[in-house]
Amino acid sequence: MSYIKPQFHHPELKKNKVGYYKTDYEGVISTLCAGCGHDSISSAIVHACYEISLEPHRLAKLSGIGCSSKTPAYFLSNSHGFNSVHGRMPSVATGAGLANRDLIYMGISGDGDTASIGMGQFVHAVRRNINMVYIVMNNGCYGLTKGQDSATADFGSISKSGSENPYTAIDLVGLALELNAGFVGRSFSGDKSQLVPMIKAALSHPGFAFIDVISPCVTFNNNQGSTKSYSYVRDHIEATSVLDFVPFEEEIKVDYEDGTSAELELFNGSKIVLSKISSHWDPRNKILAKKYLNESKENGQILTGLFYIDTETESFHKKLNTVTTPLNKLSKNDLCPGSSKLTDINKTFM
Amino acid sequence: MEQESLFNDMVIRFANVNGTGSASANEMFAKSLFKMGLPVTAKNIFPSNIQGLPTWYEVRISEKGYLGRREGIDIIVAVNPQSLEQDIKDVKSGGYLIYDNSKLLYDNYKREDINFIGIPMIEMSAQNYNSARHQQLFKNIIYVGAVACLINMDIDTIKEVITEQFKSKEKLIPPNFKALDLGINYVRENLNYPIKYCVKKSNKTDGKIIIDGNTATGLGAVYAGATMMAWYPITPSTSVASAFEKYCKKLRVDPETGKNKYAFIQAEDELAAIGMVIGANWNGARAFTATSGPGVSLMNEFIGLSYFAEIPVVLINVQRGGPSTGMPTRSQQADVISCAYASHGDTKHPMLIPSTPTECFEYTAKAFDLAERSQTLVFLLTDLDLGMNNHLTDELSWDDTQEYDRGKVLDEEMLERMTEKFGRYLDVDDDGIPYRTIPGTHPTKGAYFTRGTSRDEYAKYTEDGKVYAKNMDRLSKKWDTIKALVPSARIHSSDQSTKIGMLYYGTSFYPSTEATDMLTDHGIHITKIEIKAFPFSDNVKETIDKLDFVFVVDQNRDGQMRTLLINELNIDPHKLISVLNYDGTPITADKIFKEISSHKVLDLATQN
Repeated sequence: MSYIKPQFHHPELKKNKVGYYKTDYEGVISTLCAGCGHDSISSAIVHACYEISLEPHRLAKLSGIGCSSKTPAYFLSNSHGFNSVHGRMPSVATGAGLANRDLIYMGISGDGDTASIGMGQFVHAVRRNINMVYIVMNNGCYGLTKGQDSATADFGSISKSGSENPYTAIDLVGLALELNAGFVGRSFSGDKSQLVPMIKAALSHPGFAFIDVISPCVTFNNNQGSTKSYSYVRDHIEATSVLDFVPFEEEIKVDYEDGTSAELELFNGSKIVLSKISSHWDPRNKILAKKYLNESKENGQILTGLFYIDTETESFHKKLNTVTTPLNKLSKNDLCPGSSKLTDINKTFM
Repeated sequence: MEQESLFNDMVIRFANVNGTGSASANEMFAKSLFKMGLPVTAKNIFPSNIQGLPTWYEVRISEKGYLGRREGIDIIVAVNPQSLEQDIKDVKSGGYLIYDNSKLLYDNYKREDINFIGIPMIEMSAQNYNSARHQQLFKNIIYVGAVACLINMDIDTIKEVITEQFKSKEKLIPPNFKALDLGINYVRENLNYPIKYCVKKSNKTDGKIIIDGNTATGLGAVYAGATMMAWYPITPSTSVASAFEKYCKKLRVDPETGKNKYAFIQAEDELAAIGMVIGANWNGARAFTATSGPGVSLMNEFIGLSYFAEIPVVLINVQRGGPSTGMPTRSQQADVISCAYASHGDTKHPMLIPSTPTECFEYTAKAFDLAERSQTLVFLLTDLDLGMNNHLTDELSWDDTQEYDRGKVLDEEMLERMTEKFGRYLDVDDDGIPYRTIPGTHPTKGAYFTRGTSRDEYAKYTEDGKVYAKNMDRLSKKWDTIKALVPSARIHSSDQSTKIGMLYYGTSFYPSTEATDMLTDHGIHITKIEIKAFPFSDNVKETIDKLDFVFVVDQNRDGQMRTLLINELNIDPHKLISVLNYDGTPITADKIFKEISSHKVLDLATQN
């Protein structure tokens, strides 16, 4: 990208409690397709961190590989980031978290990165209850490799090439609940009013906080029949090459009251129904959460909201009984037993 | 058979069934010899199985201090009917077979050229112990007693070892003494003893300990200040993890709070293990993993990330027989190439190659300093023989004044003082090694984005070919810097001038040392080159250049170290002659001696 982001603070911008402007939480300009849902999620993260007055350097952001995993470059430039290898972010986050228990860890992954190549690491991160926020930017396809179905693509959905997906989808929310994750939510990239508070809540959860964010792909969920299909665009513009052409799209946004359903049209013209859990919902009841989720699935709806939270959760460091000082702050004096102890150890081998 | 006694020089092999408790009896036997002041080495030859298959324990006693495997077994203690026929065949002519004569021996098993000594082990055990498990366990001590008497061991020393072994379970001491006495008394009352091969006290073990390499490695990591180990169980590396955990429990628990100054994680697989290690090191903790060949294969992708993103990692590879699952409980040095160049793209990794448990301890500690100093993955390359077998070795020592080398890390103060822009991959010192920062150090300075994709000196993503190539060239420069940081090869010049050399590494040290003496006795003088690390120190090429031919001892089929030398040092391949062993057993001095002494190039070289 050749764009340079202006480092300018509008005089009316407000600093938060720790003295940072909202722009201090931004990253470099996104190279994702214009209108990509992932950018809305990045923006929600910026919002959430600014609003809870988190010092940027107290957070480390980690990701795997894929469109979603590029996004940590697009938020929190003052935080250390780690774009690791495909599907292996959970292990890197686990190690990072072990080294310094005092930082906040945010893992960003995609549906390919989590539900396929990284499934093993994902389930074990849940099982260990790593203290981190784990966001899956879920678009049901592999964007960087030109739109193949992912494991979260719904049964019967039509890919850009026109083929029907013959496999059932892996529901990461259901899986996380089944694995006893202590914080499980789902949101939609266009629903900032729900997503921002959910991220804030996740950042303050002392264990594994999982958020599945439905985030449609503007470029590869764009099959025939849509007014935004390649053929439709080709008919209306002049282009020397269509291969790399990415159509401009408006971001999808939805607003609705608690306890209601909202229909919205996706980029590919198909419809999904989002229904929020009613305000009477008790997110501490896991059995109820599973019941509601299953019911909504049966009804063809995608349920969003914070489904479950375990406030009594036991973090990984607690399980390991590690010292309160972060392991990366321990010095040689704390760690090295010294030569006199070694003399005793030698004696046990004589 | 009246013959002159042969003192303190023999090989005894115990043929057992695995899972019957023989290992601890055999270890007490070896330990007792060590305590008598005798250089002793023990090799466990075991199956990939939990219970019921043949296992052998080979003890070599050598007054001269030769601790490699030796061909020719002088005494076999045959306790396993499954392997009896083969065990009888394996005894050296003139040697002894000590067997359980509770049952009759088949006539066709008998050999005229060896001595058969029958001890009714099962019978005595059944008469003296009630439960089946006790009968099985104490039978092992009965044969230890019998053999001890036959070779004239000091019985008090054995009792001392037993007492030590069971100091936390004192009620087990009397029944063990009883079993020992049963064996001893049977020999005293029924047989002629001592036999031809026997021992007497010596003083060759002062300043020495007897320990396996994996224990020394795990302990080395504790001393090096490793705070996190993530690993996945795999033979023969598992005991590195056990040792690390054991010593952490003893030495790293805060006495006031009872909390741990370490984290020990059994990962879901090797990929996760190294991922965790990378995450922890990125975040400023010293972390490591231990595995074997199949695990290294799985870790390859992450190894490339460590190289390219420049994250310190210590990876212990206790090599076993490959390829694939190969011979998981047998020893080889077959991962030399796959570690040196592990992962896709242009990659190279430093390898530290210890030969003894003492070096396992020292080199493990060194590996952490090197990894952090050079911000890259460092292999500690050992093998099953070194890792899992007990070796006589120098006492472990630690210099308390020595500080950990945490490498080029900018702390809060340094960042605060900095006026220029922080460049994570900027070659500030012209040594190829950039400065790094740890997350959370400074509120506004030093943050950067770590990635395995190409980036510029300021860690910003780029696909600019020139910028990419410049970075790759800097990594090469770093490699040259590393060459001066790794241990140099040890060159042992012959007393007499020679044009012949022998190059070896790792566990080939033991038999190569012995083979050199054998060659010298036969008038063949050689210069020894003991490789201690990769990249090779300058003295390797300098020494090879002065020689006509160099025998390269490799415990793999393809002569991997030879290939690495040719590739890295541009040495004429004709000059390097492989001496190989890859049947899963440690190479012997006899084999090295035979191959070198009968090689036609000796004539060519000596003509010069």
